[in-house]
Amino acid sequence: MNYTFRFRDVFSSWDILQDGLLLTLRLSVITILAGLVIGTLCAAAMTYGPRWLRLSVQSYVEVIRNTPLIVQLFLVFFGLPSLGVRLDAETASVLTLSVNLGAYTSEIVRAGLEAIPKTQIEAGHALGLTGPQIFRYIVLFPALKTTYPALASQFILLMLATSVVSQISAEDLFHAASIIQSRTFRDFEVYAVVAGIYLALALALRVMFSGFYHLAFGRR
Amino acid sequence: MSLVACRDVVKRFGTNTVLDGVSLEVAAGEIVAIIGRSGSGKSTLLRCVNGLEAIQDGSIRVGDTTINAPGADLRAVRQRVGIVFQSYNLFPHLTVEKNITLAPRVVKKISDRDARQIASDVLAKVGLSEKVNAYPDSLSGGQQQRVAIARSLAMNPDLMLFDEITSALDPELVGEVLKVLEALASQGMTMMLVTHEMGFARRCADRVVFMHQGKIWEQGSAATFFDNPKTPELTSFLSAVLH
Ligand SMILES: Nc1ncnc2c1ncn2[C@@H]1O[C@H](COP(=O)(O)OP(=O)(O)OP(=O)(O)O)[C@@H](O)[C@H]1O
Ligand SMILES: [Mg+2]
Repeated sequence: MNYTFRFRDVFSSWDILQDGLLLTLRLSVITILAGLVIGTLCAAAMTYGPRWLRLSVQSYVEVIRNTPLIVQLFLVFFGLPSLGVRLDAETASVLTLSVNLGAYTSEIVRAGLEAIPKTQIEAGHALGLTGPQIFRYIVLFPALKTTYPALASQFILLMLATSVVSQISAEDLFHAASIIQSRTFRDFEVYAVVAGIYLALALALRVMFSGFYHLAFGRR
Repeated sequence: MSLVACRDVVKRFGTNTVLDGVSLEVAAGEIVAIIGRSGSGKSTLLRCVNGLEAIQDGSIRVGDTTINAPGADLRAVRQRVGIVFQSYNLFPHLTVEKNITLAPRVVKKISDRDARQIASDVLAKVGLSEKVNAYPDSLSGGQQQRVAIARSLAMNPDLMLFDEITSALDPELVGEVLKVLEALASQGMTMMLVTHEMGFARRCADRVVFMHQGKIWEQGSAATFFDNPKTPELTSFLSAVLH
């Protein structure tokens, strides 16, 4: 092997990487928030909703979880224009990723909702609370608390999966890597640096999530 | 007019008839103890009285609300009828104070300040003022049950239902909960209580009701009931629980 590493070529394009990193972060944050809301609502619908609603939500979840993310993304970005819906790359990415994460999140939160003892719900009814009040004040917090570790892992997977949006030319971190690669042909250096950045991001998220856990759920 | 009137109440789970024509009136201020074998329908009767279970026939009136009438406002009824379960059912993620103030704040829209005042009043009644900021899992079973009673009292109910609230407790913790019940009794609270504590029923109840096979088999004033059972079923039940 007679190869000299030249990481300098990569770091001289740091501004491109930085712009990509910002989009990756933005996509991740928006999608995690949207996915959590979608997932929670869907979990509630699957657990407490009428039959027709349960079935529709269940179908959404199954379709999403049994098709590749990249196909979903292409369907939204390249397919929808045929129906007259034209989205820019970033919007299509946020939409697809949120809908995708929502499906996975709803299965996780649903397990949490089902673990809440029926007696808790009954105690709420006995005190005169409405169904939505019981959900909000009695059920939601313990359900999110028990499912938090699974949710956090799912969110980190999502952050890593955002790299797929480069395929519709959204200018995320991985897209930046491809640009630098085509300019410098330093494949190993570029992808090693980008892998390092994703790794650092994932670790940072892990630390943030565990800090948030103690803030939100760690009483005493 | 009685506070509670059950007329020919029939409750079925599928084909299993659990209440088979129960008629029972409870006057305001009266304390009615309900006893009977496991499966005789005691819990079900209480749960029907605050509308947690729907009935198939007959009628149940609480105050001036017929709770089995179509469109009856069950939530309004439940605000006036407290129920305490054997298993406490406190909300584990909320402090004692928040457990107590939740329904006053959310259901009655009482201000935070007033709700906290109520919490402090009812906690004093059950002798747990110092536990206001504790979480349920740091309390003993007896303390948790007293908080559960306080939580119901915070809604200022006209009627309290107690379903074997001492059955899950270690024997040495039963007394502290019964003391709270006795205090409530002396303040004139109307109560229907399912209990296995025959001594307590004899001491505190105005009337004792013996349920058997989904029916009110026999009832009488606490003074005479235990000494002169009329039916063989009650006789054998009493001899089983008293010895
Ligand atoms: N949700 C339910 N679904 C089906 N059957 C039920 C339900 N709740 C109670 N039952 C049945 O109704 C009957 C009476 O139950 P209930 O709980 O009222 O008895 P109980 O007198 O309170 O007994 P225990 O002393 O064991 O608490 C039992 O046969 C029980 O299996
Ligand atoms: Mg029972």
